[in-house]
Amino acid sequence: MADTASHAHGAPGQGETRRDFLLYATTAVGAVGTAIALWPFIHSMNPAADVLALSSTEVDLSPIAEGQSITVTWRGKPVFIRHRTAREIEEARAADASGLPDPQKDEDRVQKAEWLVLVGVCTHLGCIPLGQKTSEPKGDYNGWFCPCHGSHYDTSGRIRKGPAPANLVVPEYTFLDDNRVRIG
Amino acid sequence: MSGHTFQNKAIRWIDERMPIFTVMQHSAIDYPTPKNLNYWWNFGSLALFVLVIMLMTGIFLAMSYTPHVDYAFTSVERIMRDVNYGWLLRYLHMNGASMFFIVVYIHIFRGLYYGSYKAPRELLWWLGIVILLVMMATAFMGYVLPWGQMSFWGATVITNLFSAIPLVGEDIVTWLWGGFSVDNPTLNRFFALHYLLPFVLVAVVFLHLWALHTTKSGNPLGIDVKGPQDTIPFHPYYTIKDLFGVGVFLLFYLFFVFYAPNFFGEPDNYIPANPLVTPPHIVPEWYFLPFYAILRAVPDKLGGVVLMFGSILILFALPWLDRSRVRSARFRPIYKQVFWLFLIDCIVLGYIGAKPPEGAFITIGRIATAYYFAHFLIVMPLLGRLEKPRPVPQSISAPVLKPAAATAQMEKV
Amino acid sequence: MRKFIIGTLAAAGMAASTAALAAGGDQQITDVDWSWEGIFGSYDHAQLRRGFQVYREICGNCHSMNLIYYRNLQQIGLTEDQVKEVAAEKEVEDGPNDDGEMFMRPALPSDHFVAPFPNDQAARVANNGALPPDLSLMTKARLKGPDYVYSLMTGYQDPPEGVEVAEGMNYNVAFPGHQIAMAPQIFDEMVTYEDGTQATADQITKDVVAFLNWAAEPELEQRKSMGLKTMLFLIVLTAMFFALKRRIWAAVH
Repeated sequence: MADTASHAHGAPGQGETRRDFLLYATTAVGAVGTAIALWPFIHSMNPAADVLALSSTEVDLSPIAEGQSITVTWRGKPVFIRHRTAREIEEARAADASGLPDPQKDEDRVQKAEWLVLVGVCTHLGCIPLGQKTSEPKGDYNGWFCPCHGSHYDTSGRIRKGPAPANLVVPEYTFLDDNRVRIG
Repeated sequence: MSGHTFQNKAIRWIDERMPIFTVMQHSAIDYPTPKNLNYWWNFGSLALFVLVIMLMTGIFLAMSYTPHVDYAFTSVERIMRDVNYGWLLRYLHMNGASMFFIVVYIHIFRGLYYGSYKAPRELLWWLGIVILLVMMATAFMGYVLPWGQMSFWGATVITNLFSAIPLVGEDIVTWLWGGFSVDNPTLNRFFALHYLLPFVLVAVVFLHLWALHTTKSGNPLGIDVKGPQDTIPFHPYYTIKDLFGVGVFLLFYLFFVFYAPNFFGEPDNYIPANPLVTPPHIVPEWYFLPFYAILRAVPDKLGGVVLMFGSILILFALPWLDRSRVRSARFRPIYKQVFWLFLIDCIVLGYIGAKPPEGAFITIGRIATAYYFAHFLIVMPLLGRLEKPRPVPQSISAPVLKPAAATAQMEKV
Repeated sequence: MRKFIIGTLAAAGMAASTAALAAGGDQQITDVDWSWEGIFGSYDHAQLRRGFQVYREICGNCHSMNLIYYRNLQQIGLTEDQVKEVAAEKEVEDGPNDDGEMFMRPALPSDHFVAPFPNDQAARVANNGALPPDLSLMTKARLKGPDYVYSLMTGYQDPPEGVEVAEGMNYNVAFPGHQIAMAPQIFDEMVTYEDGTQATADQITKDVVAFLNWAAEPELEQRKSMGLKTMLFLIVLTAMFFALKRRIWAAVH
C-alpha cells in the first residue's frame, strides 16, 4: 500500500491547504443538504392536513343531568364532560391548591363551575382512568382512579396521590351557548 | 491485511470483539481498485444509492398507504394531497423505480461491453442477474399498489402469464391471486411482498459485493491487475468520484421529480381500477417493454412466455457462450460493433413493446426478437472463434508509459 | 463522455417511446399556453377562483370531485368564512345520532365535495346511461391532460359528411372516436365573473381547466419552488464534488 499512498498526497504545500479547505467546504455543504433532505421524511409522520382538519368536536350538554358524566371522542382521545354537583365543586375548591403535587386552583380549570371538561388520559402513562360510571371506583378523592398504576384524581381532575406527575389536561373548549360546547 | 489498528479506543474495543471496522476499512477504504476505471464504473454504487432512496421513501410511504381495494387509490391520493411532503416521497419513489432501471441497465451494458461476466467473475454476474429478477418482481408488484387502471390490468396480464404453464398453470394463477381474479387478497399479498423483496435485494446486493471484493473490480482494459502500481485505494479516489456521479445523477433524477413527475407514468393509472373495463392501450412500465415485445413476438402463448423468461435467463449462460479470451470490447474490433447492434436491438424491442401489435410492428418485433437470441446463441460463440483481437497491453500502468498504446488511452476520454 | 451521453439518451429514448404512444391517432388537441407550465410556472389564483365558480355553477351539476375537500379552497384564496358558506350549501349524511338514526347536516370545510349523485347508477340514469367521470384527477388521467380537456370542451362541431352520429351522442373532434354523450356545455356569458373578466366561452373553458389542473396537482407550486432551490443547491454541491475530485485525482493522472 505504501507506493499508492504516495499518490494520495500529491504535491504538498499550498495545494494541500486548498484541497483541505475544499474538502471541509464540500463536507459541510453535503452534510447540510443531507440534513435538509431528511426533514420531509420526518415531517411526513406528523399529522396530515385531513387529520388536522378534524380537530374540533361539538357536544350537546342538555342531556347530562347533575352528577352525571359523558365521554366523547376528540382527536381519537376520550374527553370527560362532568356535570358536577354542588358538593363536588365545594370539595374541589376547599382543597389547598398550593399543597398539591401539581398546584392549580379549580377556578382556573373550569369555565363554568358545574361543567368540568377533561382529556380522560392519565398523565402517567396514558391509561384511561375509571370513575365515569357510577359503578366504577372514583379513588380516594371522589374523582377518577387510574387502574394501571393507581393514580387518584379529585373532583377537579387534579392529581392527588399516585405516580402521575400532572393534573388531567383541560382541552381548549368554548361554550357556543348554554347547552353546547365545542372542544378544540 | 488483518488486524488494522484504530486510534479511537471505542472503535478498537468493538473491532477486537467483532472486526466490523476492519472489514469496512478493507472493503470501502483500502480496497485496491484499478486506477483506470472510467465513469461507466460509477453505476454500481449509483444503483446502491438508488436502492437506499427506494427503501427510505418506500418505508415512509408504507406508513400512509392502505392495501385494500376500497382504500388503496384514495390512500395514495391522500399521500399526494394531505400527508406532509407526501407528494415528494411518492414522486421520489415512483421516478426512483425508473431511475433504478436506467442505472442498472447501464450497469449491465457496461458489463457486456467490457466483458465483466468472464472468468473469474461468473458468480458475480449471476448474482447481478438475480438482482435484476428480484428488482423486476418488486417493481411489478409496486406498480399494482396504487390500484389504478394500469395497476389492475398490468397485474391481470402479468399474472396470467403463468397460466401458460401446462397442466398446473390455471392452479398457479388462482394461487397467485388468492381468488378467481385479481382482487383484494392479491393486492394485500403484493403489498406484503413488495415490502419484503427489497430486503431480499439488499441481501443479494451484499453477496454481489462479496463476490466483487473476492475477484476485485474489472477495468476498461479487461486485463488483470499486475501489482500495486496498477491500483489506488478506493477512498478517497473512488469515493469522491462516486459522489460526483451521485451529484450528476441527482440533478437528472430530481429534474423529473420536480418538473415532470409523471413523465415515465401512464395517465390511465390516475383512473381508479375498474375490473369491468380494460383501457384501450395497455402497456407495461417502460423498463419491461423489450421483454413485453419478445412476449408478443410469438403467436403461441406458452412459447411467448418461455421466450420472455428465456431472454433474461440466457444471460446466465453468457460466460460460456462468449469464448473470447479478451474481456474488453476495446480490443475486440468486431464485438465492439456487435455490442452497439445489440444495444440498438434492445431499444428497438422497447419501442415495439410500446406499439400496438399490428402491421409492420409485428414483423419488426419478430426480427428484433430473433436477433436478440441470435446475438447470444450464434454471434457470441462464433466471434469467440473467428474474431482476431487486437494486442492487449501488458498492464494497466503500461499504456500510460508506452506510446504504442496511446490510442487505447485516447479512447478513455 | 460521448458514449456516456449516447447511453443516457438511449435510455431516455426508450422511456420516451412509451410517452409518445399516440393519443388515439386522429384526436385534435390544441396546445394551450398554461400559466403553470415550465420551470417557473405557477397558478393564477384569480383564474382558479373563476374556474371554481364555473365548476360550481356548471360542471358540478353532473360531475363529482370526490378527492377534493371544501377546506382545500382556502388554498386558492377563499376565506375561511367563504369556504364554510360554500360547504353549507350542500348536505351530507351523518350519524347515527343518539336515537340511532342517520341524519342530514350541512357540509363542513372538512368534508369532501358533495357529489351530485348518490352513486354511479343514479348518475347514469340521470345522464342517458352515460357516467359523468369524476373530475378530481381529470387533467392527470388523460394524455396531455389540460390541453385535452380544453380541446374537448371547445371541440364540438357538426359531423363531417357521411358520419352518422348515434342518438344522444355529439360529434367532438377531440374525443377518442369522436362521439361523446356529453352535450356542449360552455357558451359565452353563461357565468358572470365578479372580477369583471369577460366571460367568453374560451375564457370560461380556460378558467375551469386551470381549476381542474389545480385540483389534480395542488402541490404544483410547492413542488416547483422547492425544485428550483434543490436544483441550485445540487449544482453547487456537484461542482464542489467535481473540483474536489479533480484535486484528489491530480496526482494519479
